[in-house]
Amino acid sequence: MAEEVELNPKQKKEIAKWFLLNSPAGEIQYVAKDLRLVLNDNEVYDEAVSESFPIYNKSHMICLQMPAGAGDVLVTSFGELGENEYLDPRTAQVAIVDHVKQVCTEVRPATDEELSSAYVEEFRSALDVEILKYAGEAYPKGVCSVYCTKGKEVEGPGFNFELVVVISACRLSPQNFCNGSWRSVWTIEFQDEAQVLEVKGKLQVGAHYFEEGNVQLDAKHECGDSTLFQAIYELLAKYMAFNLLGLDANKVVGIVIGRTILLDFSAMLLISILYMKLIVIPSPDDSAISISNILRHHETEYLASLEDLRRKLPVTRTLFPWHNTSQFSLTREITKELGIGK
Amino acid sequence: MEAAMGLMRRMPPKHSETALSALLSLLPDHSSDLLSQVDQPLQVLFDEESGKEFILCEYNRDADSYRSPWSNKYHPPLEDALYPPAELRKLEIEANEVFAIYRDQYYEGGISSVYMWEDDNEGFVACFLIKKDGSKTAQGRRRHLEEGAWDAIHVIEVAPEEEGIARYCLTSTVMLSLTTDHESSGTFSLSGSIRRQMNMDLSVSEGHLCNMGKMIEEMEGKLRNSLDQVYFGKTKEMVCTLRPPSEVIMRLPDSTGL
Repeated sequence: MAEEVELNPKQKKEIAKWFLLNSPAGEIQYVAKDLRLVLNDNEVYDEAVSESFPIYNKSHMICLQMPAGAGDVLVTSFGELGENEYLDPRTAQVAIVDHVKQVCTEVRPATDEELSSAYVEEFRSALDVEILKYAGEAYPKGVCSVYCTKGKEVEGPGFNFELVVVISACRLSPQNFCNGSWRSVWTIEFQDEAQVLEVKGKLQVGAHYFEEGNVQLDAKHECGDSTLFQAIYELLAKYMAFNLLGLDANKVVGIVIGRTILLDFSAMLLISILYMKLIVIPSPDDSAISISNILRHHETEYLASLEDLRRKLPVTRTLFPWHNTSQFSLTREITKELGIGK
Repeated sequence: MEAAMGLMRRMPPKHSETALSALLSLLPDHSSDLLSQVDQPLQVLFDEESGKEFILCEYNRDADSYRSPWSNKYHPPLEDALYPPAELRKLEIEANEVFAIYRDQYYEGGISSVYMWEDDNEGFVACFLIKKDGSKTAQGRRRHLEEGAWDAIHVIEVAPEEEGIARYCLTSTVMLSLTTDHESSGTFSLSGSIRRQMNMDLSVSEGHLCNMGKMIEEMEGKLRNSLDQVYFGKTKEMVCTLRPPSEVIMRLPDSTGL
């Protein structure tokens, strides 16, 4: 066989990390267990594990239970404060996480510097409430969180900030030989100067089925949309017309007319809630529907493709005449003879 | 070794070549076990003498050369190489010709090779291989797929016949990978491999080739059904559990308010 070159520990570690990071959803612990045996080198194993688990946990956005009924926390790069510290913005707590054991060991209250300003928090928590409702309905096992990733110190209008919505759903069923995960990340940028809301979505779905084989699905989808505040004003005006919000219509209409004036806090909040209800919430839904449609579309396409690779029945639409194969050789010999005869 | 096979069962099938070479470098002492137990996408060489391509596998390999079933020659040439005995070679030639017709009827293209060798129990073993590349650039007629491949490996052990009956043990593996990449829908890839076994005692009155062929045809039909129903169905089911289709969930009360 190939020349046997003894690998140095660094190469071994890189290989080990490759295996760990390619683990399907919920299977890194099983991979690590097998890898320990294959490596037979605890030092390399420990290093690879301590480097890979944090990356895997964050990219899979795993959900951990905080102790003492403090709720769930998502391990994501958006909530990462330190190597092992992850913010749960909803409860304003920081979870101390053991990456390799994939557990949350401790919880501490977040400091003021770690949280968003009261101004941004109003937007964040309002969006959180809506997303929580949405995710609860759309994803039976979904966990969601809303982070402020830019401009969390912003104290009032006139500055940009950014919120990120994460929805992570995981279904592990090793006894049925299947695991899967769904990850959605929505980035919402509030651009004050341009008066634009920019929404970008990234969806990733994976599934692993491994009874008598190994079948994996990997689907990614990206989408985006930007909406002028103006459009929201118009929606706002519509709402006002129906007086759905039970607010002083005159005041709001005043805001709508005076687009150029700086928004006061309550108007901004109103707009943001409306925005979430009208645009953000339906839009992940639409995208998720589109991914389901894509799946359905692919299914029909795959059946056609499968036919492309191997037909269900031969071109002749009857099973292959194996008992007549001697005829094939006969015909061939005849044609051969004829060929020679020519 | 068990742990290594465990890893192979969990790594994405589309990366199986990388995974195998990684394992080979970690476990050089187990290289022959790994090579024979891990199924890899099939490789192809061109046999200039016959003008045909043939498939490489462990069963037509001797040192670093591979024997073409068409010319019976090793590529690259090898001295003192192993060849099947004359009787078996005759059956091998016939099997290759018939199997090529079978392959063309089911696959409308692709490459096939059949190899035979004697085993230690006075019987013989036959390996039937099929490779079909269905990607846009190759033989995909409907041009759906960015990448698409079907690799089938059928190994049949034939025990020596007793009173006109022989026992056939078939182990089949199909490796399938499909990738699409549309601007509107993003990338979407599904890949996998499944392996099944089948044993039969059959009368040899119609000949070994007829028996083996029927078994392979039945098995390929079953594998294809499993692939399209159970496996694609299972992954779809998983996605629908993660996020039930919107018809099922209640409409959001607020988004219909206007």
